[in-house]
Amino acid sequence: MAAHLKKRVYEEFTKVVQQQHDDLSSKKLRLTKPSKSAALHVDLCKATSPADALQYLLQFARKPVEVESVEGVVRILLEHYYKENDASVRLKIASLLGLLSKTAGFSPDCIMDDAINTLQNEKSHQVLAQLLDTLLVIGTKLPDNPSVRMRLVEVACKHLTDSSHGVRNKCLQLIGCLGPVEKGVTKEAESQAAKDVQKIIGDHFNDQDPRVRTAAIKAMLQLHERGLKLQQAIYSQACKLLADDYEQVRSAAVQLIWVLSQLYPESIVPIPSSNEEIRLVDDAFGKICHMVSDGSWVVRVQAAKLLGSMQQVSSHFLEQTLDKKLMSDLRRKRTAHERAKELYSSGEFSSGRKWGDDAPKEEIDTGAVNLIESGACGAFVHGLEDEMYEVRIAAVEALCMLAQSSPSFAEKCLDFLVDMFNDEIEEVRLQSIHTMRKISHNITLREDQLDTVLAVLEDSSRDIREALHELLCCTNVSTKEGIHLALVELLKNLTKYPTDRESIWKCLKFLGSRHPTLVLPLVPELLSTHPFFDTPEPDMDDPAYIAVLVLIFNAAKSCPTMPALFSDHTFRHYAYLRDSLSHLVPPLRLPGRKLVSAPVSPSITPHEDPSQQFLHQSLERVYNLQHLDPQGIQELLEFTIRDLQRLGELQSELAGMADFTATYLQCQLLLIKALQEKLWNVAAPLYLKQNALASAAAKQILEETYKMEFMYSGVESRQVVIIHHMRLQAKALQLIVTARTTRGVEPLFGMCEKFLQEVDSFQRCFISELPHMQGSFVDKLLDLMPRLVTSKPSEVVKILQTTLRQSTFLHLPLPEQLHRATANIIEPTGESDNPLRFTSGLVVALDVDATLEHVQDPQGTVKVQVLYPDGQAQLIHPKPADFRNPGPGRHRLITQVYLSHTAWTEPCQIEVRLLLAYNSNRSKASARNPKSTWSESLEALPPSENGIEGTIPFSKPVKVYIMPKPARR
Amino acid sequence: MPEIKVTPLGAGQDVGRSCILVSIAGKNVMLDCGMHMGYNDDRRFPDFSYITQNGRLTDFLDCVIISHFHLDHCGALPYFSEMVGYDGPIYMTHPTKAICPILLEDYRKITVDKKGETNFFTSQMIKDCMKKVVAVHLHQTVQVDEELEIKAYYAGHVLGAAMFQIKVGCESVVYTGDYNMTPDRHLGAAWIDKCRPDLLISESTYATTIRDSKRCRERDFLKKVHETVERGGKVLIPVFALGRAQELCILLETFWERMNLKAPIYFSTGLTEKANHYYKLFITWTNQKIRKTFVQRNMFEFKHIKAFDRAFADNPGPMVVFATPGMLHAGQSLQIFRKWAGNEKNMVIMPGYCVQGTVGHKILSGQRKLEMEGRQILEVKMQVEYMSFSAHADAKGIMQLIRQAEPRNVLLVHGEAKKMEFLKQKIEQEFHVNCYMPANGETTTIFTNPCIPVDISLGLLKREAAIGPVPDAKKPKLMHGTLLMKDNSFRLVSPEQALKELGLAEHQLRFTCRVHIQDPRKEHETVLRVYNHLKGVLKDYSVQHLPDGSITVESILIQATAHSEDQGTKVLLVSWTYQDEELGSYLTSLLKKGLPQSTA
Repeated sequence: MAAHLKKRVYEEFTKVVQQQHDDLSSKKLRLTKPSKSAALHVDLCKATSPADALQYLLQFARKPVEVESVEGVVRILLEHYYKENDASVRLKIASLLGLLSKTAGFSPDCIMDDAINTLQNEKSHQVLAQLLDTLLVIGTKLPDNPSVRMRLVEVACKHLTDSSHGVRNKCLQLIGCLGPVEKGVTKEAESQAAKDVQKIIGDHFNDQDPRVRTAAIKAMLQLHERGLKLQQAIYSQACKLLADDYEQVRSAAVQLIWVLSQLYPESIVPIPSSNEEIRLVDDAFGKICHMVSDGSWVVRVQAAKLLGSMQQVSSHFLEQTLDKKLMSDLRRKRTAHERAKELYSSGEFSSGRKWGDDAPKEEIDTGAVNLIESGACGAFVHGLEDEMYEVRIAAVEALCMLAQSSPSFAEKCLDFLVDMFNDEIEEVRLQSIHTMRKISHNITLREDQLDTVLAVLEDSSRDIREALHELLCCTNVSTKEGIHLALVELLKNLTKYPTDRESIWKCLKFLGSRHPTLVLPLVPELLSTHPFFDTPEPDMDDPAYIAVLVLIFNAAKSCPTMPALFSDHTFRHYAYLRDSLSHLVPPLRLPGRKLVSAPVSPSITPHEDPSQQFLHQSLERVYNLQHLDPQGIQELLEFTIRDLQRLGELQSELAGMADFTATYLQCQLLLIKALQEKLWNVAAPLYLKQNALASAAAKQILEETYKMEFMYSGVESRQVVIIHHMRLQAKALQLIVTARTTRGVEPLFGMCEKFLQEVDSFQRCFISELPHMQGSFVDKLLDLMPRLVTSKPSEVVKILQTTLRQSTFLHLPLPEQLHRATANIIEPTGESDNPLRFTSGLVVALDVDATLEHVQDPQGTVKVQVLYPDGQAQLIHPKPADFRNPGPGRHRLITQVYLSHTAWTEPCQIEVRLLLAYNSNRSKASARNPKSTWSESLEALPPSENGIEGTIPFSKPVKVYIMPKPARR
Repeated sequence: MPEIKVTPLGAGQDVGRSCILVSIAGKNVMLDCGMHMGYNDDRRFPDFSYITQNGRLTDFLDCVIISHFHLDHCGALPYFSEMVGYDGPIYMTHPTKAICPILLEDYRKITVDKKGETNFFTSQMIKDCMKKVVAVHLHQTVQVDEELEIKAYYAGHVLGAAMFQIKVGCESVVYTGDYNMTPDRHLGAAWIDKCRPDLLISESTYATTIRDSKRCRERDFLKKVHETVERGGKVLIPVFALGRAQELCILLETFWERMNLKAPIYFSTGLTEKANHYYKLFITWTNQKIRKTFVQRNMFEFKHIKAFDRAFADNPGPMVVFATPGMLHAGQSLQIFRKWAGNEKNMVIMPGYCVQGTVGHKILSGQRKLEMEGRQILEVKMQVEYMSFSAHADAKGIMQLIRQAEPRNVLLVHGEAKKMEFLKQKIEQEFHVNCYMPANGETTTIFTNPCIPVDISLGLLKREAAIGPVPDAKKPKLMHGTLLMKDNSFRLVSPEQALKELGLAEHQLRFTCRVHIQDPRKEHETVLRVYNHLKGVLKDYSVQHLPDGSITVESILIQATAHSEDQGTKVLLVSWTYQDEELGSYLTSLLKKGLPQSTA
């Protein structure tokens, strides 16, 4: 009866509410202009069936809603919500509410009460879940309103008893995202609540629905992520979840255990079935290791990944992960460890390598042997042998991380890593080679291991071989046989794959300098010298011979006795190689020869590099002497540019810096030269030729400035200002020249205006840098700006001319690191005399292989250009996947370029080169340090229309001989 | 007590001749039907007369399941179905069905054509037998009849090997066949879900072995082969035509390609080509790598491995030969072995298990002088190596499978008794489940405790669930109702409905009890006192004092009359129905204690 009564009351109540809402909304509608909400309202009222209404709502959802009208729309939606009988429409409304509350700038606290109210009478589980989702959105939009959050959490707690898993799921998610995390806040109640949240979530670890269990664990993890310290008591609960029937629960539980092990690594937990205790992190490690042999590969990947980050685990546990045979429960180490060892040396288990070693021996105490609860045992052995390569990769990664923190473990895992070099999936092989390189400082390779490693050199994949070369660069080898073996294998590799030349030489360089004493006894054999007989002089151009010499010379650097073993021609070859391959051959102190480089011995290196000093000195000289007579300046600049260019050639590490400054000075020189033409005051038409010179100079300066801005990595905003300033000067020059050469004022108006715009945008962009630019062109120009804006073009030109002349020369500060982007096309070599023949009209694929250095974002900027003899140029954008990143600042482009042309009568050469594309809007500096004030102001700018796109060639062109044949009929 | 009975006819504490009879909930299933490699007499086939002395086997067996195509698991099948006589369904996976007849035919040829045996099954019999085979897919639930269903799980081991779950009602048995828990070059690892069978019948070939990492073994193998070939020696690898052979082929093929070796590799012909064809076809049954790369190149299209001709054995120079059979007990491998045994440069690599009595077993256990047929003495000078490539689960793998499936009982077959004993101990101690290892012909009985599903009407369920605390799905809950067993179905219904359905009238059962109370007062006063007392004690119940002088507590009626003889003693008549038994007995015991003395 009471229930019936209540129902009646509700019915009546709801009716009343509807009535009110109707009135309210109609009032509102009259107030506001016909807006979105009005249209929606009309539509919804028109809707005759739920399907119709749903259609309207779907249409409505496609369009964005302005911030101001959100609240109105929400009200209308809510009103319809109460009226609507169809659950699917209510569901859509609920989801729309969530979407609307996400609108940027809208503060949803005003609709929160209504949203909570809707929950009360809702019967449909789906709609309830959706409403809770909406509440979650609202809650996340109000991060600093604890009372709202508390309220939402309470609402969620109330619905936790719902019979639908979806609702419980959402409740848990909400609690996880909004539950209070601040502990020890002033109020007692709040800390109480915080405790409760964990307990509430924890209670749902045993929910009947696996999805809810997963959600509970995820909510717990969410709380952890938001900074709540989870209680240790959860640990035992989480451990039970590891045996769950459902993989997503297990997967989440593994994460939770990992989190707890990081929170309480040192606390002690008891081992069930014995009265001993171990550290929690060890226990957790054992449990996660166990999951590496789980039935679901998703869980296995998860477990293997997490193992890598458990560095606090004790070393004896860690080492067990590599031991499959040691099956006894090592947790009770104090009591059983020694005995267990004896058991295995007595061979209880056979290894499967020898026949019959598993014949049963005398009775043994099986109590000590534990086949499966052995925790960490052999986890990595399992992981590395897993069927799914995803698991194997995760295991290799984990191995890498653990080995980096524990040298003894690194030593032990070596065998396993070496074994992984023979994996059937290339990705796994590559990963294990990289891993090995990362831990190489901890290890020394034994000969048999080296053997396996070197066997991989025959791999047909270039990535693998190169990774291996990198690995060999930093490996320690224990014996001279090892070195010899490595050399022999590398030479084999060289003959098989001649393109690996550079990388093999580099590898031998490091191999030699690391093991001078091991190389020493090999020298006579390697150089094939004989105590009595002269041997023929080897061919100097043989890459294999050069490889041997690189090894020997680098070893000789720290082994002064070695040169005594050299024969005459070796010394000659040394001199030649030192000059031609200076990056591979170190300076040597040779007996009987005075070498120029001898004094430049290590004693100086601690001080500043002399060449660097030279660079700075010469620059200072230029900057100080700005008030000399123009002739003097020009000469000085010319000399300095020459010096800098030579310096760049000699000192590879300073090349970027030297080139950069040289380019800048070159621009300056051009500018001065152009201004020095003493013809400016004569009528223009007479001096067309000179004008041509000046305009050419302006053009060149522009080009150079783009190069400076986009081709160097490490350019900072300070440099960018100077570069832009130089560009501005060039544009001014251009304007003056055009003003002189063209008749009529009309075109000048436009040009002047454009120029002034540019000055303006320059000012806006670099406002913070302006104080450093006193006396400069821009500085002066800005002073005159009011006058410029009002004056006629001819006057503007005049002003510009004088300012340009009077302006001083800006000091170019040098950044710490500056590198010029370079590219080197390895393939095609351009040496082939055999033309590439293909049928005209069809396509031929040309393999292009190039190394790029210091190129940022090569995927976006590097293009391949093909120039046909008829002047036709083709620009090819390589796929992002064609770029590999073998090391910091280095990239490798391996791609295919498709060529096609109509038929030719005879073969001809095409040119292939790499270009660096740039776009002056998307300046590099802004991408790199978005926090600098300069770039912020730039970003605030609307994208200017005059953003210039262009390309800079940055590699030597390579010629390819091709021959498109006419198609045979 | 329901029970599952298991009787191995073969493979009980033994390897070879796998044949296990299982009777579960009235259904009889035969698992595998293999031959024994060590015998050439009657002992090579299971003793089917155990099932029935005379009469068709079809009447006694509901189905036969073959786990994979190895002869020790399917070798006796044509004999069993055609010569002994069985017409029921035989279940196997598609690859097994494809490859099995090839092997049977080969086996028949060796026995009949080479050894000249008569009274053996014929080619036609093999064909007829295969017609009775029903092929199943992985994870496909096949209804053998209304109650018996089977389901196949991936087992690794060889192409098409499967583990089978046999289920009747809630009772189930999982038979593993042979399986492998570590993936190899061409197959993945066995996998089963948490099906919690009543009994897991597992093979235990490597019960005491925990093998090294697979990669170590591979590397060792390749190194040994490589060294011998470089020395100019010949390498003989006896294999079974199918299974391990393909793995080793892939291994050597990739190695040859990588190292650019030129020495020829041969594979004894015959079955191989046909079989390789099937390997190419059943790509979905192989491992991840092969499945993913077969579009570019099918791994089973070998470049370096060629067909073997008998004449090649005498060729000079190094070579590698895969020859059948794997235990060197007959055929081509034995012939080649005889030719090469005398040279110490040569090498024989035994990649798997060898049954006692075979030449393989002899040379592995160190015999250097072998007595061959015709009293010849063969001196073995060549190197003998053993590399365990056999794709059986090792001890840890078996434990892992048990952990995955969570069975209530484990039964070990297909292994040596002594080793089984060890593993049995481990299993019992680790999982606290019973473990059995019956010998051939010995029956093991396992008692099960199957759950019986009962239908319950929704109304009753809701009504009962509303009583008491919120239901927790994980905990058992007590319910009141009437169990109706009608037409072989169980239903739980409310008592009223049960009465209605059965057409019975409802009978009321009332308990009446007299309690004597010493109370000198008038009757109605006594009643009042009792009323007050009860009201005070039973606060949660409705206690009513009716105008006719009786008290009701819920449905319990209490009346007081003076004792006919002694007026000071009042007799309280307490009467309650059967349903209120609990409250009624409580009330009587309460009243028996007497009323409180002072009622001030």
